[in-house]
Amino acid sequence: MRVLLLFALFMVSIQTTAATALPVKEVSSGVYVHFGKHQFPDSKNHGEIANLGFIVGQKCVAVIDSGGNPEQGLALKQAVTETTNTPICYVINTHVHPDHIYGNSAFKAAGVKFVGHHKLARAMSARGSYYLGKAADQLDVKLSAADLIAPDIEVKDSLKLDLGGRTLTLKAHPTAHTDNDLSVYDEKTNTIWLSDLLFTEHVPTLDGSLKGWIAEIDKLEQQSFRYVIPGHGELVTDWPQSMQAQKHYLTLLLTEIRAAIKKGQHLEDAVQSVGYSEKNNWALFDEYHRKNVTTAFAELEWED
Amino acid sequence: MKYTKLLPAIFIATLLPFTAVADEDENIWNKVLKPEYFAGQAIEESDKVIELEAPVRAEDPALVPFKIVSKISQTKENYIKRILVLVDNNPFPFVGDFDFTPESGKADIAMRIRVNSNSNIRAIAQMNDGKLIMTKKFVKASGGCSAPIGANLDEAMSRLGKMKFRLDGDIKVGEPTSVQLMISHPNITGMQMDQVTRFIKKAHFVKDVKVSFNGKPVLTAKTDIAISTDPNFRFYFVPEKAGELKAEVTDTSCETPTKRDVCTKGDTYTETFKIQP
Repeated sequence: MRVLLLFALFMVSIQTTAATALPVKEVSSGVYVHFGKHQFPDSKNHGEIANLGFIVGQKCVAVIDSGGNPEQGLALKQAVTETTNTPICYVINTHVHPDHIYGNSAFKAAGVKFVGHHKLARAMSARGSYYLGKAADQLDVKLSAADLIAPDIEVKDSLKLDLGGRTLTLKAHPTAHTDNDLSVYDEKTNTIWLSDLLFTEHVPTLDGSLKGWIAEIDKLEQQSFRYVIPGHGELVTDWPQSMQAQKHYLTLLLTEIRAAIKKGQHLEDAVQSVGYSEKNNWALFDEYHRKNVTTAFAELEWED
Repeated sequence: MKYTKLLPAIFIATLLPFTAVADEDENIWNKVLKPEYFAGQAIEESDKVIELEAPVRAEDPALVPFKIVSKISQTKENYIKRILVLVDNNPFPFVGDFDFTPESGKADIAMRIRVNSNSNIRAIAQMNDGKLIMTKKFVKASGGCSAPIGANLDEAMSRLGKMKFRLDGDIKVGEPTSVQLMISHPNITGMQMDQVTRFIKKAHFVKDVKVSFNGKPVLTAKTDIAISTDPNFRFYFVPEKAGELKAEVTDTSCETPTKRDVCTKGDTYTETFKIQP
């Protein structure tokens, strides 16, 4: 009886110190996703906006993206703990953006390997000091250099991770959404975690190469997947149907910016005129569209 | 009762962050930049000679279109000789120093710059008689996921030194004609975080830009890391007859991002462009 009481007290103390588990949904066998909200990262949501999750094998769990701040990382870790006794062996970062990597430090432990695109460490380094300053100013999140954890395992082309009874295939993509995009394919359930290579509902955000991104989705469109997990947006079960909106948006940018350059328009004109027919089709269009046009214009003006 | 007493304090407390930021903006200018660049000199603040065009919010911190529009024409008797551009709150505020001549026609210049945080962008014009006139514009920093570097550094690196001239419209003989100079260069800030890097890169950027028409200088500029990847300048020249525009661009690499005492001269890239009115 006394032991039981002590145990109960012990459990209560754990309950109070452990993070509340992040809500996750099992979208296919052993594949768990937390779906983010379509919001601009700010001091209210503390950057907690992206889809995150984990895949459970017989020997290992692989976490895919760690969260928008260390606390969200802890909540995701708690979700893993409450779902399975299998240990976390890998934390896969799909790309450098803060909403996907700021939870990294929550997972740092012996036996946990961080995995990323071979250009991820460089991107973390180049953006790090700026990102850390912005985390305090814009997200009200305190971070230090120790929170940005560069990959222990770098993926050059592709890499297989054995989780026990299921193998994940990680692919390092050429420059598309960013220059360090990594996708995760689970053969067992024919599920691909595209992260920010795919946006649904939330306007795509370009921070790499417009032409590169279109080329990557053209290739992915030729493949068949049962489930596709975007970085922002709902689970896709009708691939490639739900990707067409993104393809249309990116292709429209390409066509209209090329036309603007040909007409002799400048960047600042194009930002005001290109792509506005898409305004009502996307969440957060006003927040990201002009930045998308800017990045794409700077790329396309070097074409000829 | 206690609340009413507290209210003014709360009111002041909520105001503080804003006033602090505004003061700081003029502080950097008054305490650091003015003494550094114009010690002891009188500067008039006015929009009479030049005006600035910039977006209210920097949509992309890596690439903010910024334009100086001059309100006087360049004559031998009265012309803008130099315009200095600064972004107060950038880690290295100096953007560039642009020299013009009567042959420039108009001392307008458009460029793309990096803006790290909420900041005044200021331009100080120096007339041929030495008079200084300053104008400024406040730009709000962007939020979101982008950073003030290029989106695709490897692509810019692979084209390093490639240049293009592009005329904006028709050539007007004897009149100011707008031309764009595009320079492919990553313009690396050197501002990486060394704790995670295995790719330590020094600052590597375009330092000198010299544009001439038929051998006469049109635009001579000193620039720095606040210029975006793939530096892009639009300015004027006056084609009196057929001839050749020539750009000579030299880069440099410096040991630290925010000091210029230890730098190594880099390469010079040249591009020419035939003008046939």
